[in-house]
Amino acid sequence: MAEITASDGDGVQIDLISGERMDSLASMEKIRLILDGVHEGNIVILEEGLSPDEESKLIEVTMGEINPDGFNGIEIETYPKSKTSDGGFLGRLMGKQETKKLTVIGPANQIETLHKDETLISALVSRQ
Amino acid sequence: MGLFTDIKDSISRAADRLFATDSQKRIGIYGPPNAGKTTLANRIARDWTGDAIGPESHVPHETRRARRKENVEIKRNGKSVSIDIVDTPGVTTKVDYNEFLDYDIEEEDAVRRSREATEGVAEAMHWLREDVDGVIYVLDSTDDPFTQVNTMLVGIIESQNLPVLIFANKIDLDEANVTRIENAFPQHETVELSALEGENMDEVYDKIAEYFG
Repeated sequence: MAEITASDGDGVQIDLISGERMDSLASMEKIRLILDGVHEGNIVILEEGLSPDEESKLIEVTMGEINPDGFNGIEIETYPKSKTSDGGFLGRLMGKQETKKLTVIGPANQIETLHKDETLISALVSRQ
Repeated sequence: MGLFTDIKDSISRAADRLFATDSQKRIGIYGPPNAGKTTLANRIARDWTGDAIGPESHVPHETRRARRKENVEIKRNGKSVSIDIVDTPGVTTKVDYNEFLDYDIEEEDAVRRSREATEGVAEAMHWLREDVDGVIYVLDSTDDPFTQVNTMLVGIIESQNLPVLIFANKIDLDEANVTRIENAFPQHETVELSALEGENMDEVYDKIAEYFG
């Protein structure tokens, strides 16, 4: 059976990437995987999100790839941090926070957040 | 990386910052575009050095390069605190040059501004990871603070173990809502102010001296 791609139809491709798959990648490989998908107009959903340092690098790399004639950046959404989940003392001592948070990333011109709270992200996705 | 190595690296990072008292502390002013970062930086610089840092504007991304004002000496309660103030470009995950056209800017200039803005945001992120010792996070208190950029940036700052003060700016405006900001970041101290009108600057300087002195 031939593989179906987003370009074959009218839909929007959604890539759901497991935490297990991301765990095997280096930081820049994760960022490349995300941005390559977003450049193709895909919505990328990460089961376990990125670390703060990786989020920082994602913003930095995204800025370098913005082009006035095409790509104008990303929309990224995670659940806001719960007031009761601050990662604990050891986590803060180690400069780490709980990073296992579902994260949705898409092209800025295709995804619009309608509502977000600690338990729900509602977004409108349009075609390129 | 193992647990032991993580703890060792973290203690080493914290110790480096704790004992780096001989060098001038660099305090980065961060926040989303149009929160009033440059207005605040100018207010602090003018109050204590007589000079400004950069031009202020209602057009987003007016600050497209990080600017540093060195040796800003703040005197509080008989003590003197000397810091470098770093005014940074507003952080965002997207820049669309069409946004500048709404401010009667010609297309060619808008494209140039958007290119410079993207470079500025990348520069700001780099400063945050490598070159600042503390952060003043400025928010427009008339805006919703529960944005992804705010959530991510505060998370990044916390992960770097940097001391941070949240400044709820623009309290001179009727729609200002400081409580909303306090509720968004209850783990950090929020100080309300109007950098433009100079409201509550005494408390601002008290807190800067307390947190970064």
